[in-house]
Amino acid sequence: MQQPGRAAEIKAIGIGKSFGSFRALDNLSLNIGRGEFLTLLGPSGSGKTTFLMILAGFVQPTEGKLLSDGTDITDRPAEQRAAGMVFQGYALFPHMSVEANIAFPLKVRKKSATEIKKRVGEMIERVGLVGHEKKLPSQLSGGQQQRVALARALVFEPGVLLLDEPFSALDKSLRGQMQAEMKRLHQETGTTFVFVTHDQSEALALSSRVAIFNHGKLLQVGAPDEVYDRPDNRFVAEFLGEINMLPLKGVKPADNGSTGLCEDRAVSMHCKAEKVRGDAILAIRPEHMSIAREAAAGENGIAATAIASTYLGAATKLDLTTRQGAKVTVSVPNEVAAAALSKGNSVWLTWPAEKGFLLPEGGQ
Amino acid sequence: MRGTLSDRMGAALLMAPLLLFLVLAYAWPFLGVVKWSFTLPTPGLGQYQALITDDLVQSVFIRTLRIAAIVTVVSVAAAYAITVVWVRGTPAQRLIAEFCILVPFWISVLTRAFGWVALLSNRGLINTWLQSIGFISEPLTLVRNEFGVVVGMTHFLIPFAVFPLASAMRSLDERVLLAARGLGSSRMRTFWTVFVPMTRSGIIGSAMIVFVFSLGFFVTPAILGGGRSVMIAELIYLRIFQSPDWGLGAAISVVLVVFVGALMALLFRYVKPKQLV
Repeated sequence: MQQPGRAAEIKAIGIGKSFGSFRALDNLSLNIGRGEFLTLLGPSGSGKTTFLMILAGFVQPTEGKLLSDGTDITDRPAEQRAAGMVFQGYALFPHMSVEANIAFPLKVRKKSATEIKKRVGEMIERVGLVGHEKKLPSQLSGGQQQRVALARALVFEPGVLLLDEPFSALDKSLRGQMQAEMKRLHQETGTTFVFVTHDQSEALALSSRVAIFNHGKLLQVGAPDEVYDRPDNRFVAEFLGEINMLPLKGVKPADNGSTGLCEDRAVSMHCKAEKVRGDAILAIRPEHMSIAREAAAGENGIAATAIASTYLGAATKLDLTTRQGAKVTVSVPNEVAAAALSKGNSVWLTWPAEKGFLLPEGGQ
Repeated sequence: MRGTLSDRMGAALLMAPLLLFLVLAYAWPFLGVVKWSFTLPTPGLGQYQALITDDLVQSVFIRTLRIAAIVTVVSVAAAYAITVVWVRGTPAQRLIAEFCILVPFWISVLTRAFGWVALLSNRGLINTWLQSIGFISEPLTLVRNEFGVVVGMTHFLIPFAVFPLASAMRSLDERVLLAARGLGSSRMRTFWTVFVPMTRSGIIGSAMIVFVFSLGFFVTPAILGGGRSVMIAELIYLRIFQSPDWGLGAAISVVLVVFVGALMALLFRYVKPKQLV
């Protein structure tokens, strides 16, 4: 139904927003590509929802410009922007049937009755609501209401679909189902999706790119594996999942990456020491570290003592302390964890050089 | 959700004094009125037959319903506008609206009726002013007729119409209005197709309150109607105090109470009591 070429390309240039003395968004520049699935990720109060509301036209930025396909839409009111939007809590019209809810944007656009009937019918089929046409939103389950909200936002073929934490009210299994559904709708319609969430696993699972916000600033934008494996700073590293941080000394560039001293032992990294020199933080995800009896010469490793374990079914989470007191968490096969704990003494933690990355010391 | 038994017992105890008062001060005397309607001047259904055949009683009933209907439409429409400002305006607008809603409660209904006489009478402020600017040559008849009654009653009832509307507007989910605009609907269209239908229960509650109130109005129609546009309450008064015909007066009262009771029953089928405050 949607020509992929109709998806919008949005450019935000130096967008800022202040509410009184509170700086909700600061100098944000971001390009949202045609047909991409971009997730705005951050804790509450990070500015992600404010940015979405600016994209929708419900909030006017204090400074900056917004371009849609090259046209300046900064001052254009929401009703003229033609962005589909799915709200947290769905915001369905409670006095209208499922059918009437989905027909609303088409009626506003003064489409003919036959066209409205045809397109609403198609949309109802597409989101799997056949048989519920005449029901009121209050007679539907959460997942069904969600589908109505999606159908209503997509039926007029908007250039961009904005989604504000649409799954926050759903239980876990329904959430997974709706995520899959949304991914399918994105592929079928080809429209640009901008999705707000504070759930990092949802962000990584769904999007083609993730934009991470904190304190009104855009910290990093990139593909899910890029931001997960190569975060620019400590906040992004920690927000996207559990991570171990080890103090590093004497960091300097080397032939294929960089080297440094971790608790007096030389370690190497594949990443370049561009932003850091001297003291830095070495960050490694728990799933990239393994337990060994000893570390071979030249291999990255650090001595530690296992102190506690948490059984997670498929694996065990093992908490350890290094000789200099750094806390480390690793995710290891169940039997490895048992062995490490039963010994109750020193083991070695090892990791491949390409899995460790450098973050600047202190701050963010 | 239902409370536990002891919760409900507690609530019943708290309401008991009010119920007792209502029974002693209203229900019991009213039973006496019902009795009169069947026994005065002679036992039987004579008064109710007279009520059906009496042209005067019928014309007063019809006038009362007509005035109540007009007052209801005008009051609810005006109250709707004020309530929108009160609930959704800027802080300054809210303050002004709140002032306009609350001040009338501090002035007695009698004072207000005479105030309207001063404004609307042949030599009142409005006629004098319109004549002085040469807009009219003869004074307009604005009072001692139905027009005056409608004006006075509407003015009295608007504040009462505000509360059910405010309750409906306050409980409305703001995001639904944003959603409508985000889907391309203009502010005007959003107001008429989303905002107004979503406050339907408030409109029904507000209209019912005003209508029921209007049916029993006495002071305002008596003063602003000047005896020419008698409403049902005034007719009852005349039957009891001036042409001692207690039986007919009682029968009219019973019919009025039954009619209002039926309307209230109808109201609570569509609106929950808590939506009215």
